[in-house]
Formats: sequence, structure tokens, C-alpha cells
Amino acid sequence: MGTRDCQHICGESSPAIGEAGKTGEWRDSFPVIDPEKCVVARQNKPACFLCWLYCPDAVVTKTIPIQINMEYCKGCGICAEICPADAITMVREQ
Amino acid sequence: MAKKSNTRILDGNHAAAEGAKLSRVQVIAAYPITPQSPVTERLSEFVEKGELDAQYIAVESEHSALAVCTSASMVGARTFTASSSHGLAYMHEMLHWAAGARLPVVLACVNRAIGAPWNVLNDQQDSVSQRDTGWIQIYARNNQEILDSIIQAYRIAESIYVPVMVCYDGFVLSHTEMPVNVPSQEDVDRFLPPYKPHTTLDPNNPKNYNLVTFANPRVNAEGVLCHGYMELRYLLQEALQNSRETIIKVGQEFGELFGRSYANTLWESRLNDADIVIVAMGSLVMEAMVAADILREAGHKVGVLGLRVFRPFPKADVVKALEKSRVIVIFDKNISYGLEGATCSEIKSALYGSSVRAVIRNFIVGLGGRDVKARELAEAVNKSLLSLKEGDLTREYPEWICAI
Amino acid sequence: MKANAVNLTEKEYLLPGNRTCPGCALSLAYRHILKALEGRVIVTVPASCLTVLHGMYPVTSVTVPCVNTPFATTGASATGLVAGLKALGKEGLTVLAIAGDGGTHDIGIQALSAAAERQTDFLYICYDNEGYMNTGNQRSGSTPPGAISGTTPILGKRQNPKDIATIMEAHGVPYVATANASYPLDLYEKVKKARAIRGTRFIHVYTPCPPGWSFPFNNTVSIGKLAVETGWVILYEVEDGVFRLTSASESIAKKGNLKPLREYLVEQGRFKGITEEQVEALRRWVNTRWKRCLDRAGNL
Repeated sequence: MGTRDCQHICGESSPAIGEAGKTGEWRDSFPVIDPEKCVVARQNKPACFLCWLYCPDAVVTKTIPIQINMEYCKGCGICAEICPADAITMVREQ
Repeated sequence: MAKKSNTRILDGNHAAAEGAKLSRVQVIAAYPITPQSPVTERLSEFVEKGELDAQYIAVESEHSALAVCTSASMVGARTFTASSSHGLAYMHEMLHWAAGARLPVVLACVNRAIGAPWNVLNDQQDSVSQRDTGWIQIYARNNQEILDSIIQAYRIAESIYVPVMVCYDGFVLSHTEMPVNVPSQEDVDRFLPPYKPHTTLDPNNPKNYNLVTFANPRVNAEGVLCHGYMELRYLLQEALQNSRETIIKVGQEFGELFGRSYANTLWESRLNDADIVIVAMGSLVMEAMVAADILREAGHKVGVLGLRVFRPFPKADVVKALEKSRVIVIFDKNISYGLEGATCSEIKSALYGSSVRAVIRNFIVGLGGRDVKARELAEAVNKSLLSLKEGDLTREYPEWICAI
Repeated sequence: MKANAVNLTEKEYLLPGNRTCPGCALSLAYRHILKALEGRVIVTVPASCLTVLHGMYPVTSVTVPCVNTPFATTGASATGLVAGLKALGKEGLTVLAIAGDGGTHDIGIQALSAAAERQTDFLYICYDNEGYMNTGNQRSGSTPPGAISGTTPILGKRQNPKDIATIMEAHGVPYVATANASYPLDLYEKVKKARAIRGTRFIHVYTPCPPGWSFPFNNTVSIGKLAVETGWVILYEVEDGVFRLTSASESIAKKGNLKPLREYLVEQGRFKGITEEQVEALRRWVNTRWKRCLDRAGNL
């Protein structure tokens, strides 16, 4: 079965998550949010959300509590760096 | 038949501009260069006078000119550019890009020599050097063909999504006035439907065009196996291989509507009883016809084969046209340095494996605007006939008609 | 109402699982650029890291229409998109040209300059990682002096960078701004403002590069902040010729002094070979530029 069936005559690409695969497999540490320190968790309402703002990969969601998509989180650690409440720790993968 | 048209005295550049205007081009980006400048000037005049509803972009280079055209074409606009020589060379990268992106840009190439050293006069090195880029190339013998070919170019390009270059000799045609029958806008509108792009640039249905493509095929998010780079390039070649049919059909329909048929990839003159054939491309074909007259007076059975479509190279048509030939004399206004004239190589390539077993002689003529006289062509043919007694089918390198 | 992390739209135009390095500042900046434009764009991109972020055929990691274009042509490609849209009577979309420093300061400067001279109605964003990072870090016209790169491997770059924002100001365009991925809300506001302006709008966004500059990728945002705090990057905008400092640069101008430039340089491996002389020259260059901006800003 050849590629002709895709019917493209030029390089036309369509959007999809995970273009580079499961980028979660890249990381050697992952973020863990401490609900005792996280401002959003403590206040139980929309607040702060700086980890969401600064995530280069848009894997953080503005939910209560905050969730991070571990399939795609690259473990860059920026969220841990900028959290004003020191609520995020980067934990080494086993 | 054509309803309302009129015959005007136009030089080649004005004929090209009229062709683009009648084709209702929507985005024009053409950087001036001798001998093309009047094309872009004339088009800016049409736009500023309100005679042509188009976006005229005063680009800062030829490379940008074609980049403007490719992106405008992606949006869905009909685009036009023109250049020569160094300008065409400057947009070389974009020529590849336009073809690979399958965009129906039409470019008028006013054939001019390339430096070093500087020379502003005619030869065909510029467009012939671009024959590998994936553009269809059509060569005009006179100013009528320039105008007609540009209109046909849009029909061809937009049917098969391959860009088309219409080439004509600088100064010889571009700055020489001839009677040209200018079709009516109504008739051209009937001949040329609006452009339907294959690209979609819509935030509601977002696509990303011409990203990095792997060597191997890759599955998309829906699980469909999509092309690798090679398959996309295969499709371009396939489109060019199949384009002959479209070119002929468009030429025939043009003839039906406007009274001048172009249902041919070649211009053939008196080949029926000829065993000696002169081959040329562009305005040189007309010189070759006069040379053929001279030779016929002297008793030789000479015919002329003019290449109208250079890309895709019309192999089968060439073989058929040359089937009776015993001697083929090919005049090239270009040379692939280190080898020979390009049309000579390509004709040899077409004839390989056929039953044609003619002697082939190649002459390089007219570089840098060196005037080519019909009697010089006739003399070259005589010289070739005299050399037949030595019995070789071809020479290692071409001869040059020059003062060296 | 000014944007903040709480009220900023959650809609993303950048999809997770893309090819950027961990901690990529371009990725961070691009998220917010697209949010500010609400995805109502046609993007044109030359060869650059962004091309890689966008993915490989047949899959892309963005949900906006995009036209890839050869390296030197960004300004011309954008011109073509604008002309095509105008010819077809299509309105309401921003043509966004987004290129790296290589594609802007160097190979792309001709096309950009011409597009600005023609008063092309588009938004051009230069994301500046101070080198040709997509091809493995070779020096560009934006690379700082003293920086090691693939093509300045022993001696480090010896020339000052081009001041591209000032070059664009000299074109008389209606809006020029500088921004920084570490200040995403400032970037967001500037893009939003630029969106509503007609004519050529230029934003120079500073985007630190962990592998290229040799720093740990969790430091991307803090490096960006240090750049502003030491004056290496000055956040400002020039709207119809009126200059004003913004965000952290405005605060520093009002309340404090710049931190010593050394604090910024020591964090990055690319400066490990920088000489004392070069640091001093750089410090003077930074201070002269800062003073010029303070003068332009007037009384604060």
C-alpha cells in the first residue's frame, strides 16, 4: 500500500498532540505539587496559576487542583523554579 | 470564435504585460532588470490607472518577488512575476520552492545572458539553467505567442498545480514591435476560470504547509500513511510527465476560441520531405526558417523543428518529428559548460532507443546578444553536411559560431 | 483590564508533545503570542527553531494556519500573504511573521526592511536566542560579544550585536517593542496592542536558549529576568515615535539601579571564556544604552 491514498500533493500537515511522540519520556525528573503550599489548592479558587503561565509546553491546566499532563511534561522544572510558594518539587524518575 | 479583439503594434514586453492584465492577475511582484523592466512598469501603470485590479508590490529583489508570489498564491490569489538573467538566478531557490509547493505562479522570463562578465543582451542561458526546478517552460517565437502563452499558462498551471515560465528573447522580441492581436477581456474571461487553490489558510481549519518532511513516509494522526519527501517529488515529476496532455488540450481550446491553435509542443516546418532538420528554440526558430529557405534554394531538403515546450521535454513528439532525419543540426543559445548545448543533449536523450540514426551536430550561437544571421545558420548546416564524409554520428563538443 | 495568569484565556494554540527542547523560551513566548492574537492569524515562518516546534509533515503542533518559507524571505512571504488577502477581500486576520535572530538580523534583514518601507500591514516578531540555534549554535548578528559558539569556538564573538529594534524604529513604523519570554504578560499586552495597529509592527522578543547558552533548562525564566535586571534586555515600546519603558524595566528605572552585568554572564556556559576586558566593554555598552533609554523615557 503506497502513500498516494493520503491525497496530498504538497506537504500539508494537520494539528495533533504529541507530534514528537510521548515527550514525557524525555524527562529524568517530574514536578510534584504540594497542596499544603500551593496557593490555588489552599484558597480553593482561581489564583496565582504562575506554573500554568510559565509552562513552555502547555501541559499545566488551570484546574483546582492544578493538573499536569505527565504524558507530555518534559520535566524542564521551570514551574518549580518560578512557583512563588515553593510548592513544586522536581522528583527524580525511578 | 473571438468576438471583439484588435490588432495593436506591441513589443514583447508590452505583449507580456497585456497577457498578464487580460489574465486578471491579482498580485504582481516583479523587480526591474534589463530587458524586463518595461513589463513591470507597464503593469504598475495598469494598476495605478485602475485598468487592472491587482496588488502591485514594489519588491526589493527578485528572490523576494517570487516569495511574495508564492505566499499570495497560497492564499488563493493569481500571481505574476517576470525576470531575466541575474534576477532569475537570484530567485533560483524560490523556483524550487514554488514547484515543490505546487503553486501555479506564472513567470515571464525575458531571456538575457548571465555574467560574469556583465552582458544585458539576449541568450537563453538564464531559463535553460533552471530546467531542473520543476517548472513548465514554454518558449515564444514572436510577440503574439508571448501574449497567448501567458494566458494559456494560467489555464495550464491552475489545472495541474505546476508553475509555468513563459520565455522570450530579450531585445530581439522584448523591445521589437510587431502586430499582435489582443483578445477581448470577455473572451479571456470565458477561457480562464478563477483560480481554485489546493491550499487552505483558515484558522477554523488550520493547516501547516511545507514543514520539514522525513526521508521516509510517516503516518499521520489518523493513521494514514503519508508521503516521504521522495513521494512528494515523485508527484511533481508525474505532474510534469502528464502535463503534455493538458498543454495540448489548452492549446487546442485556445485555438477554438481565439483562432490561433497551440495544440502542439513543437513548431514543425516542412519536415515531411526533409532529411536535414534544423532545431532551435525561441525567436531563433524564425531565423532557422529563413536558413531553411536558403538551403532549399541550394537543393537540400531541409526542415525546421522549433521547440515550443522545453519542459516537460516532449520526447515522443521529438522522436516522431525527427524520424525521417539523416542530419540534425541543433543551434543552442545556451551551453551546459563542460558538455554541450542543452537542447542538443536532450534531443540525443530523446532519440536514444528510437530507430532514428541521424548525425547530430551542435552549434553554440548568439550568446550575449551576438547577432545570429540566417546565412550563418545555413553555412553551419553546409559545414555539417561536408563533415559527414568523416562518418561520425556526433562530435565530442559543440562548435561555436563566434570570432575566437 | 490588564491580563494576569488568572484571567488569561486557557485556550491553547500550541499543542503539548512538540519538538522543542525542555525549557524552551520560544515555546513559552509563542504560547502567549498566539493567545494575544486569539489564533486569528496566518503565520509565516522561515527556517528556524520555530519550524521544528511546528513539527514534521504530516503532523503539526499548532492549531493556526501556517506557511513555511525559505530563510531569507520572511518579510516577503508576509507581504505576499497580506497582498493575497487584500486581493481576495479577506479581512480580520493578522499576518504574523515570526523569525529567529538569524532570519531577522542577518539573512532576512533585506526582506524585512523592504516590507517595512512598503508599510506592509503585518506583525513581525523576532524571537532572539542570540545565535543560529536550530543548526546547533553558530554566531549571528545578535550574538553578544564574548559568547562562544560553533563559529566563534575559541575567541568568542568579538562584535556588539545589531540593535534590531532601533533599526526598525528608523523605518518609521507605527509600533516597535521589545519583550522577553520571562515576562509573558508584558509580551501578551504588547502583542494585543500591536494587533490593533495598522501598518508594520515589530516586536523583538528575547528568548534564552538552554543548550545554546549552556545553562540548566529550569533556569530559562530566571535567566530572562536577570537579563532585564542587569540591563542586557530593556523592555520598552515606541508607539508612533513615543518611547516608554514597560514592566520590570520601568520599575528599575523608577526605583533602583541595574544589577552588575557579571551576575547575568556567570550563569551561562557560553561566556566561560569571556575576558575581563570584554566584560568591561560590554558593561559600558549596556550602561550607555540604558542611559539613552532613561533619557528617552524622560521624567519617571
